[in-house]
Amino acid sequence: MAQYAVLIYDDETAVWSDEQQKEVMDAYWAYSGMLTDSGKGNGGEALHPTSTATTIRVRDGQTLTTDGPFVESKEALGGFYLITADDIDEAIALAAQCPGARTGAVELRPVVDFSQIPQA
Amino acid sequence: MLAGVARACGGDLQLAEDATAEAFVAALEAWQRHGVPVQPGAWLATTARRKALDRLRRAQVYAAKLAELERQVAMTSSPPPGYTIPDERLELIFGCCHPALSREAQVALTLRCLAGLSTTEIARAFLVPEATMAQRLVRAKRKVRDAAIPLRVPDVRELSDRLPSVLAVVYLVFNEGYAASAGDAQVRGELCDRAIDLGEALVDLLPGAPEPAGLLALMLLHRSRRDARTGPEGDVVLLADQDRSRWDAALIARAEALLLAVAAAGRTDRYVAEAAIALVHASAQSYAETDWPAVVTGYRRLLRLNPSPVVRLNHAIAVGMAAGPHAGLSLLAGLDEELGDYHYLHAARAELLRLAGDMAGARAAGRRALDLVGNEPERRLLTARLAALTPCAGGCLR
Repeated sequence: MAQYAVLIYDDETAVWSDEQQKEVMDAYWAYSGMLTDSGKGNGGEALHPTSTATTIRVRDGQTLTTDGPFVESKEALGGFYLITADDIDEAIALAAQCPGARTGAVELRPVVDFSQIPQA
Repeated sequence: MLAGVARACGGDLQLAEDATAEAFVAALEAWQRHGVPVQPGAWLATTARRKALDRLRRAQVYAAKLAELERQVAMTSSPPPGYTIPDERLELIFGCCHPALSREAQVALTLRCLAGLSTTEIARAFLVPEATMAQRLVRAKRKVRDAAIPLRVPDVRELSDRLPSVLAVVYLVFNEGYAASAGDAQVRGELCDRAIDLGEALVDLLPGAPEPAGLLALMLLHRSRRDARTGPEGDVVLLADQDRSRWDAALIARAEALLLAVAAAGRTDRYVAEAAIALVHASAQSYAETDWPAVVTGYRRLLRLNPSPVVRLNHAIAVGMAAGPHAGLSLLAGLDEELGDYHYLHAARAELLRLAGDMAGARAAGRRALDLVGNEPERRLLTARLAALTPCAGGCLR
């Protein structure tokens, strides 16, 4: 059993009609519901676009704040889910059902389980 | 065996490998003293699981991991009578060739975990520094563990998606051993045999499926020429010049039986098509008696499945042999853009020009091939051909 983050990357600049917008939101509600009902989902969030992002670096005790995302790219992180799966095959199957996989791409990242790391 | 141990180790390939190595050392001692046990494989697997348990205890790893391993040790310590060890190599290879791993990592892991090659040997086979290969292996094993890549044979629904990468890796392993580019001859022979073993296991897993049968037949046909394709000095001997009595008739017969079974089922794929071409060559009593029209038909079929430039090159050579050099040369003309740096293209052109009676053109193309060739045995071959301007042809004639 392992936990994974499903990171959803999509084109933020795409302009959608109201119907498209509703269709996508319905698909996400259905997906979230499926994850909750099956006990595979451990939460997740949608993020405001990168135009609202602020990037912070601390160097020599000084906090440097810049407007914008850490990486500028056409496809940006727009939200994420945390899921539990037996192995990567189950995680891939769950990630493939995420609406974002059809329009953009989803990145699957195993979550570090600190209880599995030997104590020194 | 490694797959079973790795599963018991929660997918930790590094731990499984270390424990398995320890088990082999223990076997050396124990078997010398007490004789070889009735089921040496089961003995080793159980010992390796115990060694893994020791290691985990020492590392104070999480209690649940220990409990799972203890359960498995209890389950497997005395295999019931008639117990057969499942072919764990298959589980391991589907894990090693998981699409979540890069092709480079898939090949390296397969060579390490299934062919049992050392990191040094794998690095040598791929002409990369040992440190690079060591790092690639460590990264791959870490991903198998941390991303929970399962070591199991996928179920029937997934199998068609997962099989191509396994077949491609097995064929790459075979070709690494077969191509006369570089490296230790013994290691290379071992690679071919391991790839063939894996091919056999895949045919057993999927009886009646064309892809594994075709791949196995193809590897067997290449392997059948093993003793005839290098001269006493390690020089390359072309298909035209090979002593066909030294071909392994048993391997050819087995390949033929595999291909007949696939043909009877009316199915094909690119490995079957390639093997069918190799079988035409294997069936000819001498080079002069080669059924070139059948070779051309075979390449035409292969082109529909795999229209790569190298397949087009081999098709052109076959056309040149079947329908005359000019027909072949005009097909070669369309390949310069894509294969201009590939020495076989120029070697093939040299041969067809020679057949057409254009000796000056043949010499020029031969020199171009020589400029591009990468390895010493082939360089010697091309030099000799250029000097004598006797037959010298392309990839399908190796």
